[in-house]
Amino acid sequence: MKTNDVILQFTAKIVFFIIFFFSIHIFMAGHYTPGGGFVGGLLTSSAIVLLVLAFDLKTVRTVLPFNYTYLTATGLLLALSTAAFPMFLGEPFFTHFFDYFDLPLLGKQSLHTAMLFDGGVYLVVVGVTMTIIQTIGEDE
Amino acid sequence: MLQVLYIFIPMLAAILVPFLYKSIKNIHTGWFVLAVPATLVIIYASYIAKVAKGEVFQAELPWIPSLDISVVSYLDGLSLLFSLLITGIGSLVVLYSIFYLDKHKEKLHNFYVYLLLFMSAMLGVVQSDHLITLYFFWELTSISSFLLIGYWYTRDASRFGALKSMMITVGGGLMMLGGFILLSIMGGTYSIRELIVIAPDLVGHPLFTWSLVLLLLGAFTKSAQFPFYIWLPDAMEAPTPVSAYLHSATMVKAGLYLVARFTPIFAVSELWVWLVTGVGLLTLFWGSFFALKQTDLKGILAFSTVSQLGLIMSLLGGGAVAFHVNGAADLVFKFAAFAAIFHLINHATFKGSLFMIAGIIDHETGTRDIRKLGGLMSIMPLSFTVAAIGSFSMAGLPPFNGFLSKEMFLSAMLALNEFELFGFDTWGALFPIVAWIASIFTFIYSFYFVFRTFAGQYKPEQFPRKPHEAPIGMLISPMILAAFVVIIFFIPNLIGDTFVKPAVQAIQPFLYDSPSAIDIHVSAWHGLQPELFMTIGIVIIGVLLFVALPKWQGLYNLFPRSLTFNNAYDKIMQGLDVGLYRISRLYMTGSMRHYLLYMFSGIVAIVLGTLFVKDAFSISFEGAAPIRSYQIILIIVLVIGTATTILAKSRLTAIIGLGSVGYTVALFFVIFNAPDLALTQLVIETISVALFLLAFYHLPKLGKREERMRFQLNRAIISIAVGVMVTLIALSAHSQKLIPSISKYYKETVYSLAGGGNIVNVILVDYRGFDTLFEITVLSIAGMAILAMIKLRMNRKEKAHENK
Repeated sequence: MKTNDVILQFTAKIVFFIIFFFSIHIFMAGHYTPGGGFVGGLLTSSAIVLLVLAFDLKTVRTVLPFNYTYLTATGLLLALSTAAFPMFLGEPFFTHFFDYFDLPLLGKQSLHTAMLFDGGVYLVVVGVTMTIIQTIGEDE
Repeated sequence: MLQVLYIFIPMLAAILVPFLYKSIKNIHTGWFVLAVPATLVIIYASYIAKVAKGEVFQAELPWIPSLDISVVSYLDGLSLLFSLLITGIGSLVVLYSIFYLDKHKEKLHNFYVYLLLFMSAMLGVVQSDHLITLYFFWELTSISSFLLIGYWYTRDASRFGALKSMMITVGGGLMMLGGFILLSIMGGTYSIRELIVIAPDLVGHPLFTWSLVLLLLGAFTKSAQFPFYIWLPDAMEAPTPVSAYLHSATMVKAGLYLVARFTPIFAVSELWVWLVTGVGLLTLFWGSFFALKQTDLKGILAFSTVSQLGLIMSLLGGGAVAFHVNGAADLVFKFAAFAAIFHLINHATFKGSLFMIAGIIDHETGTRDIRKLGGLMSIMPLSFTVAAIGSFSMAGLPPFNGFLSKEMFLSAMLALNEFELFGFDTWGALFPIVAWIASIFTFIYSFYFVFRTFAGQYKPEQFPRKPHEAPIGMLISPMILAAFVVIIFFIPNLIGDTFVKPAVQAIQPFLYDSPSAIDIHVSAWHGLQPELFMTIGIVIIGVLLFVALPKWQGLYNLFPRSLTFNNAYDKIMQGLDVGLYRISRLYMTGSMRHYLLYMFSGIVAIVLGTLFVKDAFSISFEGAAPIRSYQIILIIVLVIGTATTILAKSRLTAIIGLGSVGYTVALFFVIFNAPDLALTQLVIETISVALFLLAFYHLPKLGKREERMRFQLNRAIISIAVGVMVTLIALSAHSQKLIPSISKYYKETVYSLAGGGNIVNVILVDYRGFDTLFEITVLSIAGMAILAMIKLRMNRKEKAHENK
């Protein structure tokens, strides 16, 4: 059934990185321009799905040996702990903090605890999407 | 604050237990756990002297301030006594369990986590002054009890017993919650102390009787009163340390605590006096009578516990009588409450030791069946001594503490004879008679327990393993308890002054100003009173009946099983199971089409209904953007895509059609300046098409299984209704603003308050972060569910039942 699809496989290897880095950009930029953890996570998953289509699940699994259930759990934990953290400082649940910093090379940037929360969302989205695709795809 | 923290110490310690269990294998985890109750005993012991003088201690930790819910720890005589019982017996039980549960074979981390959880919950129950937190802890004890009974969860009987206890006690707990809510409606406060202060005003309230009955249902189910006692014998499937701890010394006494605590509020009611006293006495008789039918050592003890709980309950009812008599503090009615608390302490000591002995016998001989046991006296002399002390105390013989409280119990019941209200002048004579008969049966089963096990014929071939005396570590706990049984007999007034009187004052606050005002002196000999003659009668008839027991024990088999409460419970559960299964099969057909039909009709009904009722529909094209030609083209593409999806003969075409619909919608988002949505829609579409292609092989071919698509009127109506609904909503949403838009607020604050520029994303992570948090949680659960359904589904060959 599997044909040796050289052109698709060759392109996929390159495009994967383009999509992946774009997804990271989208995730990082989300607070000011369109994007965010949800879209970023979906884009990353779609990059992986592209690899799955070009090669097959087994190959992708050896290249990216992640346990996606753990990834989901990590994301959920990150999001929850970011939300719960302010309680230890006497602030209400889900209080976010942010400030602006002058970083070398990057210039003036904002650092925001919302990004940690969004990171959790990102991980959950990648984890769940890939869990679903992997389990359904592998099922005989 | 610190005082509230003490309640949670066991719960916090429970977090460490699994780590200790995994990392330190060669030391029994119980030794670490033991430190927790032992520390707490010392802490609570430091309160004794002050509380005995009548002082109370209170601390508060706000939990949900907006709803006025806080964890309040209120320590008076009653709470302190229970706290000491919980931590004291808890320490002994943990010590005992170290030798009872093997550190290599058992899942100790589970066991001790549940046990510590229970300890916190129970401390919470007896110390909470806030009704809602009291309820919270109350149910937590039911849940930890459920987990502990089901500790050996591979056994059918364990799971059955666990479920049964949970069903009954949680059901009762819910009733109690209802009672609490009614109380708070009547009194306008959740604080028990404040309710007690305004208690006289509550009596005439129409809700008063309801809250009384509901609250008693909670207490009766928890304390295994007639007819709810049926869960307690089945709870004996738990490991013996648990039975000794939860199901005799502490948890089952929570109901008694509740009755005692609420006596100042409800005692003025006639119904309260009748229900508490009557149900208590009935339970006392019923439990003692059926204890003799049991052949399992723990079964005997379970029925004996039921019966003794009934005894204490009836005494609490008798204590309520004192509220109706002028100058009760000087009359015979004063004994009941004192006897209740005194017997509660005594029962904890002797029953705890007896349970532990039953566990030892099980552990060392391999059986608990009294028909196989016998003649162990010479093999297990220490166990025999402890068992004899416990049983004789239970039977009410001197020189053991049970004798003293039994005498007081009889005095209190005789006093009811002299009570003149509520029809007690005609029925009152029944109380001492029933009490006396029940005491005879108590005497017989106490002897039955100890002599059938330790005396008689030694039958070594009956035992699964060779019997021998238990290791000394296992005997320490029951021996300590047995020592108390004897010591309390000789120093009853010291116990009375330090523990019982402060607790009595909490039950009868209107009668006494301070614990020392209670004028009761316990003595073993108080002349030739009727109580003494009753006791002598109990002993004589008891001995005679015990000797003749083999002749009449067969009578128990005459009771048809179909008339028992156990049978009723089984029938109800079975009926519910089958009936509810049938009802859900009616609509849970397994067909996705049906489910979509339900959902869509629901949505349509709600939305269109609201539109109609609120008269919210209006059309106005004011401010609408002009329609461009390329938009029309996109619309046509959209319609074609939709039609293709529905009408396609092959699934592949349908998937492509659906994909084109999605991408077109994304284009619309681009046109209407919603880059975030467009981006998300595009990626979602891509991934779902990929997913469809992956799942494609598994789906059945279209048209093969499906007969010709028939026209179905109801589906057509729903489809059209959904379309109409969406259109109407879209038009209305554009045409009018019933509520001012929140986007203005977002626009103003997005940079200053949230430090962001993209409102959509800031809404997701900040403004409405809760939504997102819950959404990713749901997403994760869905992911795990799919994984579980596909990966972990059982092979057809495997049995669906996970029993060994």
